[in-house]
Amino acid sequence: MSTLVALARALAFVQGVAQPITMVRHIHCAERPMVFIPLALAGEANAPLAAMVGDDPDRPRLLVVPQPRNRDLRFAFAAELASILVPHFERFQTVTEVAAPDRTGQARWRSTDAPQVVVANPAAAGFVRLFGRSTRFRRADGPYAVDARVPVLGQWLTFFAERAEYPGSSLLVTLTDALAMHWATGQSALEDTHLPALLAWIEPPEGRDGATAAMLAEDPGIWPPAGPATDPDFDNRVLAPAIEAYAAATTPDAGTLAECQASGALRDAVASQLEPTWRLMWRAIALLRALPPGVRVADRWAADRDAYTEFAARLEGSGLPQPRRDGAVAAARRLHRLERALAAFTVQRAYDDPLIMAEYRLTGEAFVATVLEADRLRIDTSGRRRTLRPRVTVTTTDPAKPEVGSTWISPARPAQRARAVEVVVARGAETTVVLELSGGMGRALTPLPGSVPDAGERLCYTSLADQYVPPGDFPAPEETPWTHGGPPAPASLDAVEGQAAVASRRGDDLPRDDLPRDDLPRDDPAGEEWS
Amino acid sequence: MTGTASPAEAADRVVGAVLSGLQHGSDQGIVVDSPPGAGKSTLVVRVAGELAAAGEPAILIAQTNEQVDDLINRLAATGAHRQIGRLSAVDYVPSPRVAQHQVVTVGTRVRDLDGSTVIVGTAAKWATVPEGTWPWAIVDEGYQMRSDALLRVANRFQRALFVGDPGQLDPFSTVESERWVGLTWDPMQSAMAVVLRHNPGLPLHRLPVSWRLPASAVPAVARAFYPFTGFRSGTGSTARRIALEAQRSAARSAHDMARSALDNVARSALDDAVELAASRGWALYELPARHTVRTDPEAIAACAALATRLLDRRAVAYSESAPSGRPVSPDRIAIGVAHRDQAAAIRALLPPSAAAVTVDTANRLQGREYDVTIVLHPLSGRRDATAFHLETGRLCVLASRHRHACIVVARAGIQELLDAHPGNTAVHLNVPVTFPDGWEANHAMLAHLERYRVIAG
Repeated sequence: MSTLVALARALAFVQGVAQPITMVRHIHCAERPMVFIPLALAGEANAPLAAMVGDDPDRPRLLVVPQPRNRDLRFAFAAELASILVPHFERFQTVTEVAAPDRTGQARWRSTDAPQVVVANPAAAGFVRLFGRSTRFRRADGPYAVDARVPVLGQWLTFFAERAEYPGSSLLVTLTDALAMHWATGQSALEDTHLPALLAWIEPPEGRDGATAAMLAEDPGIWPPAGPATDPDFDNRVLAPAIEAYAAATTPDAGTLAECQASGALRDAVASQLEPTWRLMWRAIALLRALPPGVRVADRWAADRDAYTEFAARLEGSGLPQPRRDGAVAAARRLHRLERALAAFTVQRAYDDPLIMAEYRLTGEAFVATVLEADRLRIDTSGRRRTLRPRVTVTTTDPAKPEVGSTWISPARPAQRARAVEVVVARGAETTVVLELSGGMGRALTPLPGSVPDAGERLCYTSLADQYVPPGDFPAPEETPWTHGGPPAPASLDAVEGQAAVASRRGDDLPRDDLPRDDLPRDDPAGEEWS
Repeated sequence: MTGTASPAEAADRVVGAVLSGLQHGSDQGIVVDSPPGAGKSTLVVRVAGELAAAGEPAILIAQTNEQVDDLINRLAATGAHRQIGRLSAVDYVPSPRVAQHQVVTVGTRVRDLDGSTVIVGTAAKWATVPEGTWPWAIVDEGYQMRSDALLRVANRFQRALFVGDPGQLDPFSTVESERWVGLTWDPMQSAMAVVLRHNPGLPLHRLPVSWRLPASAVPAVARAFYPFTGFRSGTGSTARRIALEAQRSAARSAHDMARSALDNVARSALDDAVELAASRGWALYELPARHTVRTDPEAIAACAALATRLLDRRAVAYSESAPSGRPVSPDRIAIGVAHRDQAAAIRALLPPSAAAVTVDTANRLQGREYDVTIVLHPLSGRRDATAFHLETGRLCVLASRHRHACIVVARAGIQELLDAHPGNTAVHLNVPVTFPDGWEANHAMLAHLERYRVIAG
């Protein structure tokens, strides 16, 4: 926790209401997000019990597994979920725009919009990942065949769950994380993962402080848990009898009146647990929407749309499910991409948001200064060519003490570098810095209007650089070196990286674990009933 | 251990085994574990020389530009190389210790370095070389290198010598890496770990002698951080000593500096700690128990004051390399901390006369050597013991940088803190257990320091 967030938490505690810790919104809010609230059966890992899903606050769809221990009913649930989600996911592919060409100069297109899935808390995001894993290896033929849309849903859910690992991505939004990124409450980070309590801190009802409101929100009788785990009291008193009643009413001839009544009662019971969360989630989405978006949110959403476009194309192409585990090269590549995404997100957030930049001002990695004078037309004649090198003298009271020769960038003019050529630390808290500017001023020997700060302008300079870092090079999977176990067996190259190798095997068996070793557990996808 | 052989003989035997494996063995790799200051760089330089003499061009992969420049300086000094290539980034400016050697050619591409008997570069730079395969590579500091960095360079060589200190800090990442836990190629492991997991049959050598650590330090460091392999000191118990030339009272006026900040620090306790460290090689300067912020003002002031006091007392170090004594000048002193803000706070307190004292985090002190180190204990004043602060490598690096003496600054109550925070990191299937764990190592080190305690104020 940074110093300012710690301060905001203390303030929130004292004032009884959550404190904003950003000035802009750092995630993208889709026009019609797909809200998804899964519930799971207690006592069995990731067994779906019910879900409320939809992109219209007034028309939630309720899906229930009346007997969660019945595998056929589970896959019927998966098929029904797929019939809602898959068409929604595919809908955004049709309208595309031209994107910047890739590294090899090949033309690229991307969808102008992409689907956004919103879940309540990190556990629900975990459910998405595990449900994707348990459905994407299913097959529409052979033993334990399922509806053809089920494995497609599994691949989509896996895509969303994996994309959510990227810092700054907004394809799968976890609401409690998104809210906690923008508000600090007076409770612990663990308590912040309870959506009703978190919202109680952000918007306490009239006459109550956040702490009291959060405590009341923890009563499962008023605010049922946002899932996937259900309230144990509800499980014992309501759910178990309702499931038993359904089981007793089920007879070989389906559709009797008793069965319909039992399943209706079960649906009502489950709906009572889901509806409050449904309303809360739309409330939370409205709160986020009300914040002005950061300037660079659109860039990151464009990257999300790239990922979406790429995945949709891949699904139509090879259609092979994502492998269970990353191979040696795939793992290193993914780590590299995640680290790049994190580095970019960290800088972009600070550039977009003065309140986050303030954190760097405290540590001396940024300072806000007033321009005392500006020599706009200064020409450097020391080199072979005459070059435009304006100098500005700025003064700051921030703790930063720039070193002579250090390079600084102003988020207002990100293409311009400012090199500190003279630093005077006065006796007081004031520091005067002479900065020599280069770049971002046009090609002529006079700067473009507005490209050099004027006297009196107040601006921020930081050592954080939002610059493009080219992606690293990795060997191809079939060239995995001996230090990392050598090339994997041909059949186990994963679908993304070994496309050439796998293409000829299309329609062949599912990709196996890319672990050539025998001492590791290995499960046979076709024989596995439910993982 | 090695019985009656002298330290030099024991070390020579291991180096001989490595060299013969290099010339006559058929293994794809050779791994050499080295305790702190055991002549790792000397071995690297020697192997590079032997390979050059045998006409087998080698590449040398280090982790930082600093390490590359150090190695080049030492390679050039041997005279064994016709031409040394330094593979570097476009904006690299040769440091004086590289520029002084005629045999060194600096280039940004391998093709600029044709004819070199050895090419040296950082792992990051080697990762940008798209082709070419050399018969041999020497990978230095393999425990600092991350597995994914090795993956990117491993196709550049057929066989490799991996050298490193298992007591160093583990590589880390700022992103979640749980999804790979348990995979043999988990990219978050060290390069050494990934090589050994996929090639368990590779010959593993251990350098048995630390030439840096004094006899007073070896038993404690070996027991806490290398409990199963151990090592010995290259020098006897009388070979290293520190004399304080100025008396306790006389030194006062030398720098009546920064009084405002340091006044609170009891002077007699400082002198006690400095004298204890000078005579016995260790001191624990213990402040009263208290929960503090990370930049604990009292502990920070104590670190700065101890360094200043050491200079005021005009410490002189006598050792096998300086039998007639060498003053412990500011550049021979380091203050090691866990966090950058602590380092910045200490630097701000040092008077001008002590400005050349190195103040840095454990990460940056890896591989460096000083006469005297002052260590701010990572757990001092904390309420909790996180995995970061418990990490074995952090304490090991901090406690093994000195040739003569080490003074640890800590708040009382760390033992109790440790007992209140037993390790709670998850145990994963298929992940080799590494010993010792940080909790155990911290306890062992504190039990040792107990005997050198000076209570402040």
